[in-house]
Amino acid sequence: MANVISDETIEYVGILSKLELSPEEKERAKKDMEDMLNYIDKLNELDTSDVEPMSHVFSVQNVFREDVVTNQDDRENILANAPSEQDGAFTVPRTFD
Amino acid sequence: MSLMGLTAVQLGQKIQSGEVSAVEAVKESLERTKALEGKIHAFVNLDEENALKKAELIQKDIQSGKLTGPLAGVPMAIKDNMCTKGVLTTCSSRILGNFRPTYTAEAVLNLEKAGAIMTGKANMDEFAMGSTTETSAFGVTANPWNTEHVPGGSSGGSCAAVAAEEVSFALGSDTGGSIRQPSSFCGVTGIKPTYGTVSRYGLIAYGSSLDQIGPVAKDVTDCAVILDSISSHDPKDSTSVRRESYDFASALVDDVKGLKIGIPSDFFGTGLNEDVKNAVLHVADVLKSKGAEVELFDFKLVTDYAIPAYYVIACAEASSTLSRFDGITYGYRTEDFTDLHNMYKKTRSEGFGPEVKRRIMLGSFVLSSGYYDAYYLKALRTKAMIKQEYDKAFAKYDVILAPAAPTTAPKMGESLSDPIQMYLSDIYTISVNLAGLPGITVPCGMDRNGLPIGAQLIGDCFREKTIIRAAFAFEQSGEYLHCDLAKGGIR
Repeated sequence: MANVISDETIEYVGILSKLELSPEEKERAKKDMEDMLNYIDKLNELDTSDVEPMSHVFSVQNVFREDVVTNQDDRENILANAPSEQDGAFTVPRTFD
Repeated sequence: MSLMGLTAVQLGQKIQSGEVSAVEAVKESLERTKALEGKIHAFVNLDEENALKKAELIQKDIQSGKLTGPLAGVPMAIKDNMCTKGVLTTCSSRILGNFRPTYTAEAVLNLEKAGAIMTGKANMDEFAMGSTTETSAFGVTANPWNTEHVPGGSSGGSCAAVAAEEVSFALGSDTGGSIRQPSSFCGVTGIKPTYGTVSRYGLIAYGSSLDQIGPVAKDVTDCAVILDSISSHDPKDSTSVRRESYDFASALVDDVKGLKIGIPSDFFGTGLNEDVKNAVLHVADVLKSKGAEVELFDFKLVTDYAIPAYYVIACAEASSTLSRFDGITYGYRTEDFTDLHNMYKKTRSEGFGPEVKRRIMLGSFVLSSGYYDAYYLKALRTKAMIKQEYDKAFAKYDVILAPAAPTTAPKMGESLSDPIQMYLSDIYTISVNLAGLPGITVPCGMDRNGLPIGAQLIGDCFREKTIIRAAFAFEQSGEYLHCDLAKGGIR
C-alpha cells in the first residue's frame, strides 16, 4: 500500500527534527518520505515474528570506568568554538520571560 | 619516479634509510596537491604550515632513532569527519564550517604517534551521507581518472587524494560502504575493519552502530600496515573491542591454497554492469588458479532486504546523533531568531544540506511513537536475519567475493536527483556494516571507458587477516598491479 504523508505528519516530523521547512521543502519532503517508506515497506515481506531485534552485532555489556578526570581544563579553547559567549560561559537566547 | 608515486611503505623505507627526508616528502606532497587541487578538489582544508613544522620534528626523531616505524614521515590525508586538535573539522557541512576541535580522534592520534604527517582534511559527503561526495557543502571532488565523473562517497576526497597521488595514503570512514565504494571508483585499495577494531573516539557520528574508520591506500600492504597502526582498544569508545592480535601485516602472504571462496549468485544478477561483472569474476578465476576453491551460493535475503533495513537504522541513529547540533556550544548559529526554539530550528535548517535533512526527518519519523515498532524494530529484526545469513555463509566459506558497486563511477550530476537510485548503488557494501564484518576493496580492472573497477572481499568478524591474504594473493598475481595508465590526464 502506498504511503501518504499528511501536512500534519510533516509538520510533526519538522518539530521532532528541529527543522524549519519552506512550503516547497515541505512538499519535496513529503514526496521523498513517501517514496522511501514505500521502498522500506519491502521489509514487510519478511516474517520476523520469531526474531529478536538486534541493536549491536556483539553482545556489548555496559562498559564502566572509574569516574576520574583525566583531561585538562580546556575552557578557553572550548569557548572559542562557541557562537556566543560571555564571562567564560555560553550565552543562549532568553528561554522564559 | 616521484616520491608520491611510491606506496606509503616504500616511501617510509626511503625515509628510514635516509635517502629522502620527511620534509622533502611532505613538501612534494603539498606541491603536487596545490598543483592538482584546481581540478580534483580532494581537500576541504590544507594544513600546510603545521605539516611542514611537524615534518622537521619528525625528521629529527627519525634521525635520532626514536621513530623507526614504517609510516614515519609519510604524508597523509584525513577525512574531515575526524577531529583534529586546533585544525578545522567541518564534516563538509556549513553547520561545522568554523569548528576547531579541542582534541584529536584516537585513530589519527595513533598515526601521529607512528610519525605520519597530515597535510590536510579530505572532502566528503556532508556528514558522510551520500555516495558521490556531491553533498559536500564545500564543492564536489572530481575522480582523478576522469574529472567529469564523481569519486564515489562518502570518503571521496580521501580516495581521490590517494588516486591522484597528492598524499601517500588517507583515512576514510565506512557506514554503508563509504570506504569500499569510492576505493572501487578511484582504483585504490581500502579496508573497512570489523566493527570495534578502530576507535570511534573523535569520529563525528553518523550511524554509531555502523561507523568504522579504515585505511585508503595504493595497495594491500599499505592498508595492512596502516590498519596495524590505527587499531587499538580504546576505553574512550565503549564499543571498542579488545582484540587478541593486531598484527595484520603478518597476513601479507601469497597463498590461498584451500581457501574457500563463496560468490553470492544474487549479487551477479540484473543491475550489475557487464564490465564490472567480468572483472570481479576474473578475480575468482585468478584465486582459483592459485588453489582456492570457488562456489556460488544463494544470498537472496541479504540482497533484497539490506538496503531498506540499513536506511531505517542509519537514519534513526543519525536523527539522534545529529540532534547535538543546536547552535549553542560550537558550530554555526543563525543570525536572526525570535526565541530559543526558533534559534534551534533556523540554525539547523540553514546549517544542514538537503540530504542530511532528508535523513534526519526519515529517522525522526521511524523512531516516533506509533511507527517505532513497524519500522525501527522491524529493521533491527531484519538486521538479525541478515547476520544469520552471513553466519551460515561463513560456516561454509572463508571469504565472500563480491563487486564493491554495481557500476563504475557515474558522471557528476547524475545521482542526486533520485535518492533511492543513489541508495541502491550501495547494494553490495551495506549489509557488511549491518553485520559488523570486515571488507576490503582491491582494484581488479578497468571498464570500457577507462574507469577503475574494484572487487570486494568480505570476511567473518575478526577475520581481517583472511581477506588481506586473499586480496594480497590476487594483487601479487600481477593481473592488476598499480595500473600505470594515465590518470585523467593528470600525469
